[in-house]
This record gives sequence, structure tokens and C-alpha cells, in this order.
Amino acid sequence: MDALFASPAGALREVILSPGADAAGFRAAVRALVAEGLPPERVIWSTGAPGLFDAPPMAPHAAPAFSLPRAVTELIGLVLCHGDPERHGLLYRLIWRTVKDERALIDNPADPLVHRLMRMAKAVRRDIHKMHAFVRFRSAGMVQGRERFLAWFEPEHFIVEAVAGFFVKRFPAMDWSILTPHGSLSWDGTSLVIGPPALRPALPEGDGFEEGWLSYYESTFNPARTNTAMMTKEMPKKYWANLPEAKLIPGLVQSAASRVDAMIAREASAPRKRDPRKAVEAMSEQAPGTLEELNRLMRDTPPFVTGGTRAVLGEGPAGAPLALVGEQPGDQEDVEGRPFVGPAGRLLMKALGEAGLSREQLYLTNAVKHFKYVQRGKRRLHQSPTSGEVKHYRWWLKQELDFVQPRLVVALGASAALALAGHPVSVTRARGPMKFEGRPGYVTTHPSYLLRLPDPAAQNAAYAQFVADLKAAAERAAG
Amino acid sequence: MDDTLATKLRILADAAKYDASCASSGSAGRAAKKTGIGSTTGAGICHSYTPDGRCVSLLKILLTNYCLFDCAYCINRRSSNVERARFSVDEVVRLTLGFYKRNYIEGLFLSSGIIRSPDYTMEQMMRVARSLREEHGFAGYIHLKAIPEASPWLVEQAGLWADRLSLNIELASETSLKSLAPEKDAPRIRATMGQMTERIAEAREEKRRFAPAGQSTQMIVGADATTDATVLETSATLYRGYGLRRVYYSAFSPIPEASRVLPVKPAPLRRENRLYQADWLLRYYGFSVEEIAAGGTEGMLDLDIDPKLAWALKHRERFPVDVNSADREMLLRVPGLGARAVDRILKARRFGRLRLDDIGRLSTSVKRARAFLITADHHPLRLTDRADLRERLAPAPRQMELFG
Ligand code: SF4
Repeated sequence: MDALFASPAGALREVILSPGADAAGFRAAVRALVAEGLPPERVIWSTGAPGLFDAPPMAPHAAPAFSLPRAVTELIGLVLCHGDPERHGLLYRLIWRTVKDERALIDNPADPLVHRLMRMAKAVRRDIHKMHAFVRFRSAGMVQGRERFLAWFEPEHFIVEAVAGFFVKRFPAMDWSILTPHGSLSWDGTSLVIGPPALRPALPEGDGFEEGWLSYYESTFNPARTNTAMMTKEMPKKYWANLPEAKLIPGLVQSAASRVDAMIAREASAPRKRDPRKAVEAMSEQAPGTLEELNRLMRDTPPFVTGGTRAVLGEGPAGAPLALVGEQPGDQEDVEGRPFVGPAGRLLMKALGEAGLSREQLYLTNAVKHFKYVQRGKRRLHQSPTSGEVKHYRWWLKQELDFVQPRLVVALGASAALALAGHPVSVTRARGPMKFEGRPGYVTTHPSYLLRLPDPAAQNAAYAQFVADLKAAAERAAG
Repeated sequence: MDDTLATKLRILADAAKYDASCASSGSAGRAAKKTGIGSTTGAGICHSYTPDGRCVSLLKILLTNYCLFDCAYCINRRSSNVERARFSVDEVVRLTLGFYKRNYIEGLFLSSGIIRSPDYTMEQMMRVARSLREEHGFAGYIHLKAIPEASPWLVEQAGLWADRLSLNIELASETSLKSLAPEKDAPRIRATMGQMTERIAEAREEKRRFAPAGQSTQMIVGADATTDATVLETSATLYRGYGLRRVYYSAFSPIPEASRVLPVKPAPLRRENRLYQADWLLRYYGFSVEEIAAGGTEGMLDLDIDPKLAWALKHRERFPVDVNSADREMLLRVPGLGARAVDRILKARRFGRLRLDDIGRLSTSVKRARAFLITADHHPLRLTDRADLRERLAPAPRQMELFG
């Protein structure tokens, strides 16, 4: 509101702002006053309903804006919400001193004015926080297919607009209104309406959850620890009128001592006949007992990586002498639900053939059981699993190998080696035989690495070495 | 809400209230999608306070209070005659959303007695969390109490849905745990904690969501003979070695259906307060466990005065401290000066020499601090040598006794 009035006498200037925070009005007034060079002691601040006075409002000066430290503008925003009628005068004194010759004034918390304003800001912040906490919605039933909620709240300061963002963010899909003596907020799922001060409405009756809340409040109280001073410090009585649970407090406090006495006086009673020995014994047999059970668990467990529509499980006979562990299923594996059926899988099959091995003799699985990808248009782009993600799956892999009991496990690439060893392994350096936490193993590259090599000569050499690795691993598994 | 659900709520809230933690803090700010519900603020919100002075932030309930274990300190142990109930997954989801929509709570703190098997129980808890997140777009706070006896794969999952995970270490001493909670296994608890610690740290580094509000635990004090020094030593290890966000202390308090192997008298609540203060000194004020313990006697903290004052009274030679020149570390050791006040002092003294009045504006308890401080206009003379200093600064006896 632009409500700057000229004072008749000239010596003192009266500024009348709208009630409430009126940040715009205050800003305009301050700009004009500073431009005019009017010191704080010559300004009288008051608030009133616009149009209450006869003098016409002065046209807002096109007074130049000036800059203030960020901490000052933040403080102004908060203090303007304060209910203290002196707030404008105090703020103007701070602004005046800051623009005159004390730019760093705000950084001195020992200055009495700064100290006082900080305390006011703190009170406003606290009121905002308490409003976030203590607003209680009542369900008003369904209105045009949407659930409606209504609340009445009495904040101490002018904070209605300041809390709006919090409630919109928290309850975006709900229809709600919060009425207060300082103004009201209404949200219908798409837009927020800030309305005028309201009177206490008749709240809708019969919200069953409120009864549930009261009984929860009663039950969660521990009578052996009664400490009402602490309670009232954090939940001052001024808020009680609008907190449904507050009406229970007197009764709870009154009966607390006798409840505790009764508890202590009561002899520990002998347990009633309830012998869960069998159940207790049975409880220890929870770990999956077979590979099938383990697979069922894996299938039902949501992925630890983004993407992954289904778990691609290991394949091959239990007792296979050789197990091959890859990184993770790719697009095609995810579609078919089988490991190593994509381009890298086909290359692996070819290499296995040349090494004298066939798919049916081997156990094939992956370190990560789900296809990790991001969607780009129609394409699903493969993403490498992070080491943390690989570790989420380690337990599965270990269990799986415990069931299959291969003589040797081949880690195809770094992710598999990390999963098997439990720590990062450099494939180039560790290539060859290696123990994985006591399990005999072998490290080689992942077939997809061969596909990515740009130079055909390098590709051929790497492929030959890969085949040699598979042969060597098979020999170790046989021996 | 129908009557059976109301009855279950009464029983299962009653059974859950002995867990001290109800915090909704530590998660990064987050908001629901347009069609979802909920948000988290970094600092958390207490929506109410019960007459025990505790904050009500989360709907703190058990999935069930049936339990196959027999932990003596717990009201839900299998040998207790307490009334039993069990929620379905769907009931907990409905209650959480119903309470949340009315702005009663910040979210859910779900814990459970162990039924059928630890895995089965934990899976049920996980289904609650997953349904809230995936089916209802719930972005409020979820704290899951993991079951250490459950299989590791379930623990790997829990962090996907929860903001905070916790595992109660229950008792600082392994021997006590063995005798009071025969089915529990201290190494197992620590191993599971370690597993969670690792995953949480990795996810944070990789900027993935996995229990963003970290891990906490609770220790019961006063149910066995463990000293405060041992309790604090345990906490220090947990903070250092496991990166825990919070250790909660719960003074053993009488429970209905108490077991015969427990003390009948409650531990003084003041002991719990002192432990929290000491914990604070450990984490934010640069004190070591030995220093804190030295303020008391035989490993127990002084119940009448706070541990910082206790330390200062035994180290009078280090005082008075000049507010205009002392470094941050030393200012933090002054009784009555909190970390905030110290930061304000450091800021303000760039503008000129501070006087006692200034300190009055910068801290909230200058009365306590003045005996240990030198300002431009104040020197405590030989106040720090006075034999009656303790009496002058200690609160009137019994003032803080909350019970009885
Ligand atoms: S496991 Fe022990 S502490 Fe947990 S509910 Fe059962 S008896 Fe209580």
C-alpha cells in the first residue's frame, strides 16, 4: 500500500501503513524518506485502515532505490510480520544507520538495536514454525470428488502469507483453507487465494481421524516422565485453544502420578502360559533354503538401481564347475529375462565355443540383477552401476554362488570383480587367477569391452586373449 | 476410523512410546509431486508435545506388539502379559496418510515386535514404507527401525524407502545384553549397523537416495550397572566408527508388566539429561569422554550440575577466560556459553571491546558465565577460587527432578 502522508507541520512526518506486514508500503515509504533525508526521530509511524484519514495519500515519489546488505533485507522481511507497533520505527532506525555510515551494523549482534530486532525476527520465525506445526485440519468431506479440509488458527504475528508456501508444498493435491484473524489462505489444487481476516468458523463435525489422534496422543504419553514445564515451553498455552489434543492435558497430568504408583506397586506377574518355543526355533530357519527360494525372493524385490523392470536371474545347472559373473543385464536381457542374450552375450558364446565350452555346462549370472538405464525418448540408455549399487546386490550373489557351488568363478569385468571381492579390483592388473573371499576365481574383461574397442587389430588381439582366459579358467575348474 | 482400528492404535502406540527418538530431522528438503502428499524440512517439526515434555513429530507405532523374543526391559517381550494387537500393512498406510493430511504429524516411525521370523517382520514393515512412497506419492518422513536379525538383503532395501534407519544397541554392555535379551546378539547388531553405515556413506557419495537422514540408535540406561563413562565411550565409538547421526538415551522407566530381573526403581531422569548434555559436549564442543568423566566420580556424571560446569569447577586454573581475546575452543568451554553465543561473541568483538552488558545480549545465561569471564569492565576477581562456587552455580537441589 502506498500510504505516505505529508505532515502538516513539516517538522514531524507521519507515515501511515496498512495493518499487517505491508512490506510494499513500508518499502515505498522508506525509499521516499531516505531520499528526502528525514532522520528517524522526525518520522512517526502508524497503521490504520486505508481511507481512514482525510489527507490524500502522497503520490509515491519516484525516489531512487538504494541497496542494503542481504542480511538487512531478510531481517526487514521478518520484523515487518511482527505484531509490535514499534517495528517500523525500529527498522527505519536500522536502515538509516546502515545507509549513513554503519554498513556493517547488522554484523554486530551486540548492538542494542540489532539485538532487539534480531529477537523480534526470532519471535516471528518461531511463530511461523509453530503455525507450520500446530495448524489442525478438519475434514469437511468430499466436495466435487475432492476431499476438503478446513482449519482455524490464531497466529501471534502477521505471518499468514509467510506460511502459505509451506502448506502449498506439503498438501498440493488436497483442497484446504486456513482461516485466521489476520487473513486466510485457500488452495484448490491449482491456485492459492489470500483472503481477508476471518472470524472463527464452525468447524465440520465428525472427523473420525481426530478421535484417533486424541487416542494416539493419550497413548504416546508416558506418565512416568511427566514434565509439564517442558511441554508448555514448547507448546505455550496460547496455542491450546485450537489444538484438539490440548483438552486432554489436564486429565493426563492429574492421573499420571497414580498411574505410576499403581505400576510400581503391581508385583511382576508370572507370565501366562504361552510357550512359543517352537516358533522361536522355527524363526531361525528364515534364510532361503534353495536356489529356487532365493530366486523367488530376488524376483519379488524391487531394484536397487533406477530402471530395471525385472530381475534377470542366474541360469545354469547347480554344481556347474564354472560360473561366469557379468556386470548387469542389458536392454535385451531385460526384455527376455535371461542373462547374456544381447550383443555382448553373443560374443561371449562365440568365445566360449572357441574355448571348447558351451552355455549349458556353465552357470551364468550378473553382479547386478536389474538393467540400470535412463529413458531417452524411445531408447533406454544403459547406465553403469555405481560401486554402492553393486554392493547392494552382493549378498544375493554370494548366496547364489553358495547354492551353485562352482569350482571356479570368473569375474567378467570390474563390476563383477568388485562384487565378488568386496573391494575395487583393477582388471588390467589383476587379470588372471584370484581368490574372492576364499572362493577360487579368475579375473578377465567383460565381453562388451571388446565390442567397444575401435581398432579391429586391437579388437582381435583382445578377443584372442579373452578366449585364452576362458580356456585357462576352464582348465583350473577342471583340475 | 472404526473401533477395532482405534483399539489397535491405542495398544500399538502405547507399546511404541518407550523409544525415545521421534525426530523428523536430517533429511534434505523435499516436496511431493503435484498428485502426491508431503514434504520434509531439514530441521523437522514437532507437531505437538505430550505432558511428558516430549515432542510428537512422527506417528510412532509398532506394526505388532506380538514378539517371539524375550528382552527383559521391553514391555512387548513374549513373557509379558500385555494386551496384543497387530496392524495390517494397509491399516498403517491409512493411518499415516489420515494423520498427515490433518497436519498432526511429519511422517511415520515404524517399529515392530518379531513375529514368525525377523525377515517376515521386516518385509511387512518395508511393504508399508514402499506403499506410502510408491502408491501414494508420500514425500513425508519415514523412520524405520530395522531388525538386526533380518537378512542383509532386507537391510539393503530399507534405505530405499526410509529417511532414517535405526537399530537399537539397547545396552552399552554386551554382557548385560546377553543376560537381559537372550535372543539378541551384540556382534550381529553392530554388523548390521556397519552394513547400513557403509551403504549410507556410499549413497551419499554417489548422490543416490538411501536413508538420507542417516542412522540413529538408542541405549537404555539404569537397567544394569553400566557407568556413564562406558555409555559415553560406546556413543563416541558409534559416532566415530559408524557415523551415527544421533544416539538416544532412555532412562529405564517402570513399565507395566515389569520383569523380575530388573530394578524396580526407575533411573533418575536427570541421569538421562546429563548424558544428553555430555553427548552434546562430545559432538560439538570438542570434549573427550575422559574429560567429561573426570567431572564426575567413578565414571558417573554429577547429577546436580551439568557436565560442562563440572569440568570447569575441576579445572579452575583455566579460568577466567577473556572474552575479548580467547579462542573459540576455550570460549566453548565456558559454562553458560553455548556454541551460538560463542559465534556471536566472535562476530561482535570485531566491533570493539565487549563489556558484560554486551555478553548479556549475546548469550542467554550470562549469570552463570560471568564467574568464568573477563570482559572490558568485569573481572571475576578470585571468584573462581571460591570454595562455594559450586553451591552458587548449582541449581537448587531437586529442582530438575521430574519424577516422583
Ligand atoms: S525384540 Fe526384544 S525389544 Fe524388540 S519388541 Fe521383541 S522383546 Fe521388545
